[in-house]
Amino acid sequence: MADTVSHPLSEDKAPEGPKFVFNWVGRVGLAVIVFWAIVAIAGPFLAPHPPGEIVDWDYFGPVTSEFWMGTDYLGRDIFSRIIMGARYTVGIALAAVTLACTIGVLLGMIAAVAGGWFDMILSRLLDAFNGIPSLLFGLVVVAAVGSSIPILIMTLTAIYMPGSYRFARALAVNINTMDFVTVARARGEATPYLILREIFPNILGPVLADLGLRFVFIVLVLSGLSFLGLGVQPPNADWGALVRENIEGLSLGAPAVVFPSIAIASLTISVNMFIDNLPTRIRDRSE
Amino acid sequence: MSQTPHDTPLVSVRDLKIGAVTDANRKVEIIKGVDFDIAPGEILALIGESGSGKTTIALSLMGHTRPGCSINGGRIRVGDNDVTAMTTRQRAAMRGTEVSYVPQSAAAAFNPSQRIMDQVIEISTIHKLMPKAEARAKAVELFRALALPDPDTIGDRYPHQVSGGQLQRLSAAMALIGDPRLVIFDEPTTALDVTTQIEVLRAFKSAMAAGGCAGVYVSHDLAVVAQIADRIVVLRGGEVQEVGTSEQILNAPQNPYTKELLAAFDPAGRTPQPLSAADRKKPILEVTNLHAGYGPIRNGEPATKILKDVNFQLEPGRNLGVIGESGSGKSTLARAIAGILPPYKGSVLVDGRELKPDLASRSKEDLRRTQIVFQLADTALNPGHSIANIIGRPLTFYKGLRGKARDARVIELLDMVHLPANMRHRLPSELSGGQKQRVNLARALAAEPELILCDEITSALDTVVAAAILELLKELQSELGLSYMFISHDLSTVEAICDDVLVMHKGVVVEALPASKMSECATHPYSRLLISSIPKLDTGWLASLEQDPELIAQFSDR
Repeated sequence: MADTVSHPLSEDKAPEGPKFVFNWVGRVGLAVIVFWAIVAIAGPFLAPHPPGEIVDWDYFGPVTSEFWMGTDYLGRDIFSRIIMGARYTVGIALAAVTLACTIGVLLGMIAAVAGGWFDMILSRLLDAFNGIPSLLFGLVVVAAVGSSIPILIMTLTAIYMPGSYRFARALAVNINTMDFVTVARARGEATPYLILREIFPNILGPVLADLGLRFVFIVLVLSGLSFLGLGVQPPNADWGALVRENIEGLSLGAPAVVFPSIAIASLTISVNMFIDNLPTRIRDRSE
Repeated sequence: MSQTPHDTPLVSVRDLKIGAVTDANRKVEIIKGVDFDIAPGEILALIGESGSGKTTIALSLMGHTRPGCSINGGRIRVGDNDVTAMTTRQRAAMRGTEVSYVPQSAAAAFNPSQRIMDQVIEISTIHKLMPKAEARAKAVELFRALALPDPDTIGDRYPHQVSGGQLQRLSAAMALIGDPRLVIFDEPTTALDVTTQIEVLRAFKSAMAAGGCAGVYVSHDLAVVAQIADRIVVLRGGEVQEVGTSEQILNAPQNPYTKELLAAFDPAGRTPQPLSAADRKKPILEVTNLHAGYGPIRNGEPATKILKDVNFQLEPGRNLGVIGESGSGKSTLARAIAGILPPYKGSVLVDGRELKPDLASRSKEDLRRTQIVFQLADTALNPGHSIANIIGRPLTFYKGLRGKARDARVIELLDMVHLPANMRHRLPSELSGGQKQRVNLARALAAEPELILCDEITSALDTVVAAAILELLKELQSELGLSYMFISHDLSTVEAICDDVLVMHKGVVVEALPASKMSECATHPYSRLLISSIPKLDTGWLASLEQDPELIAQFSDR
């Protein structure tokens, strides 16, 4: 009976204290994400020049006190264009990744719990969908219905949802066979409870890591779509488009191509830094 | 052998200290200054519960520690080798020729893609002891000594082509090929069925006696150790509690912990509940003609049939034990009754009401009355939920309790299973094995069931902890008037808590017996074999045991 008397002195209170503590790498990541989120929201107030107008007589201008990050191939202010571009890059990628992962993970868990024909049909359908090249799919959609921000978000969601479904289903199938799920099922619990309360907390860690990766991929595909002229339409531009339109400046030593690249890198790296250093309480649940 | 103390022991361990560094960079002492000697040809048993350091000590005799651990002090001498002072290279040269190791799971220790013979003679190849042909001949001799079937050809098979008991004996042959002076057995029979265990123990014993080498036998099972060891070292928390000959430890233990271990081995029996006339009329559980199996269902029958025509009754307030070896269908029976695996034929009546075969069509009330508790408490508790959530959910689900009322009831339930109320704020990972199993029981009790199906609930626990759980079960029964269906492979556990026992073999109930007189009343040959195979706390038990070889061939798949 030795196992019944441990910690008899601790008080009858929920343990307080360090539950959701980030380490410093996670904090840096979070700080950069918050910074870009603020920039995206407050963009128009921060931009010193109108982003779509030619403000300098020279193209591929150097860093000056007036144009902090130089000017682009038409003589537009890069600093202002990056600030406005944050809206498109951060906003579209965040919306698309949230939608893709939410739908994918939910369907994946339902398929794992329901099994049978539902799982079979859904899995094969999404596998087939996965076979369509993503850029080709984007091309067809934009050609059919034209390009707008909601269309872009939905296209990117559609491209990345099947992968997220596969990932979540593989994790959920393993959890689904564990005894605690069997106990809940024998208790008579309905599928929503099984999914949300028994399975979801135990796959949350890997799913978040997957979300971080998918976010980066979406930023890159968005740039690819912009490169094909299917993404954000001129005169506005997301960061990927800024890199693409100023790529010739590279041979001229212009800063115009460097700063958008740094912006993309800072966002994608910090998202992954943040996800990888989430509080262990969230991350290690499933381990 | 132990009666003639040797002047120069083969192995001497002095003030051994082994420490480990945890993930949080905290230093922990696992072995806190252990001393013992082993005479040549003597078999010494290290016994203790999980975490007592028995395997750590055994491994250190080879100069090996598991990752993260290190030998921090003391001396280990094996023969002429000062193990603690040797270099890694010298230790590698010593392993296999001076000291060798028989692991717990032979199935995991054999390479599935190599023939057995090549693996058995590997030691002689690595240490260049003898030519291959000679090594093969020697291996065949060892196979014969270990009473393996077809000793001349068994080496040509692959590991999956022999049974678990045979594989365990083959791994002993692997250890003995280099003529070591010391063999370490690390719980070699724990994973085997009882009928298989006997043959393996006999083979080990005779091979060790013939080879004249000394042995270290690590186990948590006193009865098994009593059969094979000359002396026993009782360990707890990395410290030696008691050292003595097997007879002395079993018959006249000095240390209070040893006494506790011995007492836990043979839990107090249960006074059988008298059958009153009223009880006879209305059984709490009645199973008739039950058939269940796995796989896709064709023509109303699944591909793999497990349970065949199971019939029994359980009266209220009485307990039914189900015993059998692995693969006998014990757990499947519990799952079929609980509806987790819908039976394809037959009926289950709880308190006179027939239950639908599958979970989805059973009513909430039907589900509430029968609760199931699983063997592995670790996997039966959601690692992401607090204990309060785990125990509270059935309260909300079946009774609609919320907030303060629910919290109060959770505390009551924790108290019922003798856990402190503040435990409810913890996560399952912060609890010990015994505590988890108590929480598991508390969750089943939360539904206020009439019948609890216990699927090997004490098998994964240490003897002392398991005995405490059994006490708790009895106490709860007298308070709440529950009935248990108690599945176990351990006869003494079943004897301690049950009134009636079903013996299962290959999905069929071969016999129903009263628990208190199992060995006297058993008439079916399989139940007699099974009951006689359970090791007894008596050093002469194995030597005096006589079993009909034909019976063994018929029922045991070794």
